[in-house]
Amino acid sequence: MAESNERGRLGLETSLPFERRILEIEALIEKTPEGDARGELISELERERETVFQNLTAWQRVQLARHALRPRMLDYTRRILEDFFELHGDRLGGDDAAVITGIGRFRGRTLMVVGQQKGVTTEEKVARNFGMPHPEGYRKALRAFRLAERWRLPIVTFVDTPAAHPGIEAEAHGQGPTIAQNLLEMLGVKTPVFAVILGEGGSGGALAIALGDWVAMFEHAIYVICPPERCAEILWKDVEKKELAASALRVTARELLALNTIDAVLPESGGGAHRNPEVAAQAVAEELAWFLGECDKGRWTSEQRREKYQRMGVWSEMPSDEYRVPSSEFRVPSEE
Amino acid sequence: MPFLNRRRFVSIVGRRSSLPDGLWMKCPGCKQAVYRAEVEQNQQVCPRCAYHHRIGAMARIAILVDEGSFEERHQEVQTLDPLEFKVGEATYLEKVEKAKSNAQLSEALVVGYARIEESRTVLGVMDPFFMMASMGSAVGERFCRAARDAITERLPLVVIAASGGARMQEGILSLMQMAKTAEAVRRLNEAAIPYITVLTDPTTGGVYASFAALGDITLAEPGALIGFAGPRLIEGALKVKLPEGFQTAEYQYNNGFIDQIVKRSELRPTLGKLLRYLRPQ
Ligand SMILES: [Zn+2]
Repeated sequence: MAESNERGRLGLETSLPFERRILEIEALIEKTPEGDARGELISELERERETVFQNLTAWQRVQLARHALRPRMLDYTRRILEDFFELHGDRLGGDDAAVITGIGRFRGRTLMVVGQQKGVTTEEKVARNFGMPHPEGYRKALRAFRLAERWRLPIVTFVDTPAAHPGIEAEAHGQGPTIAQNLLEMLGVKTPVFAVILGEGGSGGALAIALGDWVAMFEHAIYVICPPERCAEILWKDVEKKELAASALRVTARELLALNTIDAVLPESGGGAHRNPEVAAQAVAEELAWFLGECDKGRWTSEQRREKYQRMGVWSEMPSDEYRVPSSEFRVPSEE
Repeated sequence: MPFLNRRRFVSIVGRRSSLPDGLWMKCPGCKQAVYRAEVEQNQQVCPRCAYHHRIGAMARIAILVDEGSFEERHQEVQTLDPLEFKVGEATYLEKVEKAKSNAQLSEALVVGYARIEESRTVLGVMDPFFMMASMGSAVGERFCRAARDAITERLPLVVIAASGGARMQEGILSLMQMAKTAEAVRRLNEAAIPYITVLTDPTTGGVYASFAALGDITLAEPGALIGFAGPRLIEGALKVKLPEGFQTAEYQYNNGFIDQIVKRSELRPTLGKLLRYLRPQ
């Protein structure tokens, strides 16, 4: 039932409003002995889960993507890698803890691993700046990309950041030019790149490590040009319009798939990745294994990645062009 | 993300000219009343304090290129509304149409062939009065086509950048333009085509974190706001007062991100010289 993960159990303090009824029923089930009453409760739980998770609003997905108990990069690497040897530092004077790089072993082969870690405990969150990298973090990632190319290692990136850090030092050290340089170089890396968006894909801060041949995204993750709160502030002049902004911006995995900006949606079972991190990790492992298998068959060239990003966008060739993506494509299909 | 400039233009943003109507205007630089026509005749630079006002794309082209040499291309690349984005009753496309008629421009970036001091070049100019020169799919595609023209014709590419950031109304598609334009720069680099950027007020957000910061040579206009996160955002996040001169062209120059700061009156001869020296082989 209520799987506890490494951060402790989902409780009233850590749960979202729409998770509460589910928690209540789960608690009742645990107190009820085997029998008809328990069976009733279990069906009720299934019904409640279905109702909630088949009708999630864009804003609820934003909340799930930012869930306090959502598994982080290291929760995945610990589960899917047989070994991980961390590489520290950007070799230019800094080592940003918001970004983790290193050599990983996955099903008997070696990979270059790059990702953003938001942190679990308060102490770790502060140490890792809540997963918001400084330029040093992006340069650290770039060093890993270059090493991977030299050693012909496939790259896997774990994307989970609210944003690149907005701060005085970050600006002084070139946050803009550094992200730009990462984009340029990541596109050209002559080795396969697999990217997975775990929770928050926050704008340029996420994009700078997310240019993959294959970009997978969890179904309750979000990928945004700017946080819905900020969009509401700027366009609606009212931060309370964040729910409206979240749905207008099309931040969810299935909408992004319809816009050809990601390649796959990874399903989350039974109430989200935080309820069952094992299953979530398994989904990443299977997708990664499939991707590497495709590359082994010779179905990969670095030109494909470059072409994909060169074609990104929706525009018309003539002023009179009536082209529109029909709105029906954006309706979120029901859960499996 | 159109980050408005915290320091100036608060009341005069969104006009084709940054100068309010009327004979006199108050200069944000020297805080003096200045005769408007005098500023306009001086390439929109204050004759007293040399404050560089924002300048529209067509006015910029007029003072930069050899007379009559600009040949606009790729105007057919136009904005669409794939997200069906609406704020209140106003649709995104209505907003774009309004910007088009206000600025008398087909999008926030115009590209084409031009001559600067007799050197032929591909030129791209962004217009800060066109929806804050934010980057959506049409801007990204036009940039890429300009880069392709430069490679095909073996001409340098000069881009006068200005931008409040990404075009929010295109959501993730505007984010993807950062990768798309970075790829275009990669192709320029591989083809050994010189790429010169001039950062003008303001160059921020996704445009700064992509093609605007990837020039082989990066120039900037004096006093221009240049940075990734907008100053208001940083102030809000850190709850501190930002240091004087933070994110100005001079600040970025001192931090090693700009080759030279060039006054508007010097821009044409400066680019003319660089284009002569760096003609593609
Ligand atoms: Zn003045």
